[in-house]
Amino acid sequence: MLLIPCPWCGPRDEAEFHYGGQAHVAYPENPAALSDEEWARYLFFRDNPKGLFAERWSHTAGCRRWFNAVRDTATNEIHAVYRVGEPRPVSA
Amino acid sequence: MTGQPYRREGATGTTLRFRFDGRDYEGLEGDTLASALLANGVRAVASSIKLGRPRGVYAAGCEEPNALVQIEEPFPEPMLTATTVELYDGLVAVGLPGQGRLADRPDPARYDAVHAHCDVLVVGAGPAGIAAAGVAARAGARVILADERPEPGGSLLGTTETLDGGPGREWAAGEVAALAALPEVRVLRRTTVLGHYDDNYVIAVERRTNHLGAAAPAHVARERVWRIRAKRVVLATGGHERFVAFAGNDLPGVMLAGAARTYVNHHRVLPGRRAVVFTTNDSAYAAALDLADAGVEIAAVVDVRRAPGETWAARCAERGVELLTGHVVAAAEGEGEVSSVRVAPREGGRAREIPADLLLVSGGWTPVVHLFSQAGGTLRYDEALGAFTPGETRQAVEAAGFARGVRTLRECLEDGARAGRCALAAAGFPLPAGDGASGTSLPAAEEEPAAAPAEHLWLVEADDYSAHFVDLQRDVTVADVLRAVGAGLSSVEHVKRYTTAGTAHDQGKTSGLLTSGVVAHALGVDVAQLGTTTFRAPYTPVSFAALAGRDRGPLHDPVRVTSMHEWHVARGALFENVGQWKRPWYYPRPGEDMEAAVLRECAAVRRNVGAMDASTLGKIDVIGPDAPVFLDRLYTNMMSTLKVGSIRYGVMCRADGMVFDDGTVIRLADDHYLVTTTTGNAAAVLDWMEEWLQTEWPDLRVHCTSVTEQWATVALAGPRSREVLAGLAPGLAVDNDSFPFMTWRDAEVAGIPARVCRISFSGELAYEINVSSWYGLALWEAVMASGEVTPYGTETMHVLRAEKGYPIVGQDTDGTVTPQDLGMEWIVSKKKADFVGKRSFSRPDTSRPDRKHLVGLLPEDPGVLLPEGAHLVATSELPEPPVPTLGFVTSSYRSAALGRTFALALVSGGRERIGERLYAPVGADLVPVTVTSHVLYDPEGARRDG
Amino acid sequence: MSPTTQGRRTPGADLPDHPGRLWRSAEPKRAYDVVIVGGGGHGLATAYYLAKNHGITDIAVLERGWLAGGNMARNTTIIRSNYLWDESAGIYEHALKLWEGLEEDLGYPLLFSQRGVLNLAHSLQDVRDSVRRVNANRLNGVDAEWLTPEQVKEVCPIVDISPDVRYPVLGATYQPRAGIAKHDYVAWGFAKAASDLGVDMIEHCEVTGLDVRDGRVTGVRTTRGPIAAGKVALAAAGHSSVVAGYAGVSLPLQSHPLQALVSELLEPVHPTVVMSNAVHVYVSQAHKGELVMGAGIDAANSYRQRGAFHIIERQMSAALELFPVFARAHVLRTWGGVVDVTPDASPIVGLTHVENLYVNCGWGTGGFKATPGVGWCYAHTVATGEPHPLNAPFSLDRFTTGKLVDEHGAAAVAH
Repeated sequence: MLLIPCPWCGPRDEAEFHYGGQAHVAYPENPAALSDEEWARYLFFRDNPKGLFAERWSHTAGCRRWFNAVRDTATNEIHAVYRVGEPRPVSA
Repeated sequence: MTGQPYRREGATGTTLRFRFDGRDYEGLEGDTLASALLANGVRAVASSIKLGRPRGVYAAGCEEPNALVQIEEPFPEPMLTATTVELYDGLVAVGLPGQGRLADRPDPARYDAVHAHCDVLVVGAGPAGIAAAGVAARAGARVILADERPEPGGSLLGTTETLDGGPGREWAAGEVAALAALPEVRVLRRTTVLGHYDDNYVIAVERRTNHLGAAAPAHVARERVWRIRAKRVVLATGGHERFVAFAGNDLPGVMLAGAARTYVNHHRVLPGRRAVVFTTNDSAYAAALDLADAGVEIAAVVDVRRAPGETWAARCAERGVELLTGHVVAAAEGEGEVSSVRVAPREGGRAREIPADLLLVSGGWTPVVHLFSQAGGTLRYDEALGAFTPGETRQAVEAAGFARGVRTLRECLEDGARAGRCALAAAGFPLPAGDGASGTSLPAAEEEPAAAPAEHLWLVEADDYSAHFVDLQRDVTVADVLRAVGAGLSSVEHVKRYTTAGTAHDQGKTSGLLTSGVVAHALGVDVAQLGTTTFRAPYTPVSFAALAGRDRGPLHDPVRVTSMHEWHVARGALFENVGQWKRPWYYPRPGEDMEAAVLRECAAVRRNVGAMDASTLGKIDVIGPDAPVFLDRLYTNMMSTLKVGSIRYGVMCRADGMVFDDGTVIRLADDHYLVTTTTGNAAAVLDWMEEWLQTEWPDLRVHCTSVTEQWATVALAGPRSREVLAGLAPGLAVDNDSFPFMTWRDAEVAGIPARVCRISFSGELAYEINVSSWYGLALWEAVMASGEVTPYGTETMHVLRAEKGYPIVGQDTDGTVTPQDLGMEWIVSKKKADFVGKRSFSRPDTSRPDRKHLVGLLPEDPGVLLPEGAHLVATSELPEPPVPTLGFVTSSYRSAALGRTFALALVSGGRERIGERLYAPVGADLVPVTVTSHVLYDPEGARRDG
Repeated sequence: MSPTTQGRRTPGADLPDHPGRLWRSAEPKRAYDVVIVGGGGHGLATAYYLAKNHGITDIAVLERGWLAGGNMARNTTIIRSNYLWDESAGIYEHALKLWEGLEEDLGYPLLFSQRGVLNLAHSLQDVRDSVRRVNANRLNGVDAEWLTPEQVKEVCPIVDISPDVRYPVLGATYQPRAGIAKHDYVAWGFAKAASDLGVDMIEHCEVTGLDVRDGRVTGVRTTRGPIAAGKVALAAAGHSSVVAGYAGVSLPLQSHPLQALVSELLEPVHPTVVMSNAVHVYVSQAHKGELVMGAGIDAANSYRQRGAFHIIERQMSAALELFPVFARAHVLRTWGGVVDVTPDASPIVGLTHVENLYVNCGWGTGGFKATPGVGWCYAHTVATGEPHPLNAPFSLDRFTTGKLVDEHGAAAVAH
């Protein structure tokens, strides 16, 4: 049960959140222009690093806001949280 | 006391009666089952799992590897250690041969869970833990002090050590009582901390009424899970004594030295009359002398070392206790229990038999590092201790006292205070001003004799290792470990799996390090390199029921009911679980089975009028100037062109192009839509919308709000529905021109403000009347009072929509179906440049012509009902498997309107097969069916306007 | 001790003895024909079938820790082949047929016990999906039956089929040939057999890089030095993304912790394997008497071999819903492994864009049961450079074409 620092509500139990996988995967500008390979990459391929990972969370049982976090998947340590639309912090 | 021959003189307390292995005994309040059995001279408590050898009490706490018991009364509970069962009047138990037995009746007890937050959680109320808690608590921190035993004191409970000149246990009791009186301190007794998880999330279980037996109040949770989030954790978890592998080290009468000391001092029980003490370190001397003081004859102290602590040697001499240095116990001997001990010089030489009924063993002490290790902490080998101690950790944890390898009572108190100060500082509290190291006054401990170095002996060498036990519970011997190593295994994890050592009830608390030691010995490597197996939660076994808590039966998952629910129940409806909702399935009349009831309900709707509680459909308000754009991007069809006052059916796909949900979209204003979802998908659709809005299109000015619970909905369907509505809503113009299909009107219905939608999921003239859910029941009752309206349930709704070929998402789709597969090409906009899922329709697989299409099936025998889930093949006889399937039946019903059975199916290239005959294997038969259009009733839509 | 316990022995306590010699823990050579990355069940089975079926014995199996110490040592040992889609049934049924002769083939007692598996249905849609799967199984030659709640009770008397349960049991699919086996024994059986055929088992040897030259893999870099390889076959389960990444191969995988637990040893109460997706439970009673249960996966990606505790609590409440008699059983030990999950809950087995580099991954929560089957097919793929017909549908390019084998979406049962 991670303690996740929601940027809007403060630290809350993991059970209050919904996980959204990799952050910063934008919906393609023009899907029709993509090859099948490129579209498949958008649909199905996400990074899966052992180490720092910028990922999305939604505080579903709280403010219902989506936000991003940088977490180390080897230790579960959360290095940073930041709001949607903000760039990934350089230090994390 | 005559009934308790091994009870010490002067022991007082209430007498408790209990029964063990069919015999009645008496014990004293404060006993464990183990101490009570020892008081009664019961030596063999259980028998071993594999070899059937008798086994006695070995330890005095949760590390007990031998004395497994099954509780029979007041309620059966499998496999507890006699050393942790508090005695109560009426306890009935038996010894176990390795397997417990579950009760054959339901457990009547309650269980629950609570959350707690604190600045400092201290695990263990021994000297170090109490000192740590004292420092933190007196500085004003929120402190939780948890200890597994009924009373605080930890190691002090078993010794005669003094603090401030009085008994140590009295200091512990007084200090903990004082701390408990502080407003921010919570003391949890009988509470075992089981697991340490990420971010200092700690799980403990409090045993609240177990010790009361049949007298336990029924309304109090028997066990309670504490979910604690602590800023800092202090682990003052002490140590476990380990034994040495020698022949017969499992015989009843062999006991850990520290445990014997606890029985004598704490429980006032003599574990035997004449004892030999076998040790590798100084600690067993105190035990030997305490036993001697209590009247146990100490036949000899056998010390593997040449040079034991001088003070201890002198004290033995004072009492006339023979001290054999440089000796080992070669074997414990006796029939069913120890009657003599064979002692020999370590370096070889003549062995000696010493008659004794008790053999105390100390192979050294192992810090309890389970929780520290669980917390991700590294361990390092402490040469002096011959054991692993805490190293580094990323978690906000400090170890204190013996758990950190600190030995003497004085040092443990100081170390506890140090850990308390560290925790305080780290938790953001100013350190208290005060004296010395601790900032609080620590009690004065006696000076302890200077310790002589321990020697780390894992096994007494012999020719035959078949009775040198390493893991008593699993009957694993040194011979077994050697065999594993001989097979080529060099990892303790492999040896554990090969021999099963460490896998039993005690999870290797006394045997884990010993196993590593023996493996290291066999491989000729250092135990420091070899390490131990991984420490896993729970620290001690925990009941399933405690972890399940209250989340059972109706509380396992929330039950959601509509505002009309009572009416349905009163009218004898059967219910279907749809998501968390209870939906009326059908309303059987007396004598009707489901088939008859559903045929009647269907006929009523087609010929007359029926009503269904449709309140469970998901409803989402979508508001904002960009709502039209937003919905255009999510639905496959166009929602921006929908006129205010109108309604449109819509389908949503996932980005992979597969149908995700469907429902109606109602335009309430230019910037305001209300969308409905399937009952089961309401939350998922809202989440879907919010995810897109917040993470992809934050520029869109749209807000989404779930209003499912705010509205109650009555679906009124059938040719006479207009008439019924007109009667209920005299102010509403209900003629077809004034209120056409796929529009909505605000009106008063039965005197209740309502929004009436003219939509149909049956093909009949139909309305959905929405009112505030507060008035749901009133509306429903008014509808029912209005005349000949037949209530119908989900089954009838399913039949009626299937006759019209309307799919149910989740029944006629399975996450692999596109709108085109459903024959809904018409709902996929060609005008929109993009919407979620569009790009996926042109992938090779989604543009295949032989995809499965939704079609109708008519069994050639109109009385044969195909099972839903039946498959379809092309041939009238089945070839040898594997037989390729052409598709499968998604929905299948008897139709009142068609006067026959019919089905919907997903069939490969189905639309091109219309008119073809296929076969459905059903049991041993192949049922011939004809493929038809999925629209079987009123394909022209003539009934829609009544 | 009373006469009732004196000398009593526990059924199941006498597990069969292991052979006196298991495998050679080898020092790495400078080069091998085939290097298999990952010494779990799949890697070991692949090595064995490469040697046995294809005569390739110059093989190294590289394991970063102790052999078979990853998911092979952590799973709940369920074996079955009652999968929905033809493609899945094909490879799992092939595996089950191999299981049925494996003890003899390997000469190792695997405690393979065909005690059957019940997959419970708790909603009307569950029932439809289950009947669909039973019928699909029968067409594929997989033994399958649909049981009513009363029949479920006959197979497993302790299942609560009363309507008081939050989601009552409405029936179950039953595969009589399904069962369990002892996971460590299976791994060791393959390891010993492969070792006897000349395969090198190299433990404590973590792969830290893959050498790729001109689009072709030429060797691996390890914590014990570089090793040249004619072919490299990945079988690294939860760490597949990391290892494949060394060669620039990206895989549609996400790694998550998956937990399991055991109770103390109990007298026999549970004669089969019971699985329920809706009330999340899978449980069997192992030979010695412990209840072995799987819990759910953690939602978030993680390489920690440890899951969150609320998953275990949920698991227990689900278990007691279906098995109220478990109330006072005790959890002795919980543990976690890292599973690699694909978007369609089906594995990826086949070629990559790097020549001579093969992947076998994405088995998610269900890799154990496939062990001999995938070992057989993957060995064929590696030996011939062409997918075996049974693993051809599980190629990487299905994500581009869209021809998924969706064991998830189709409400089939994972694990």
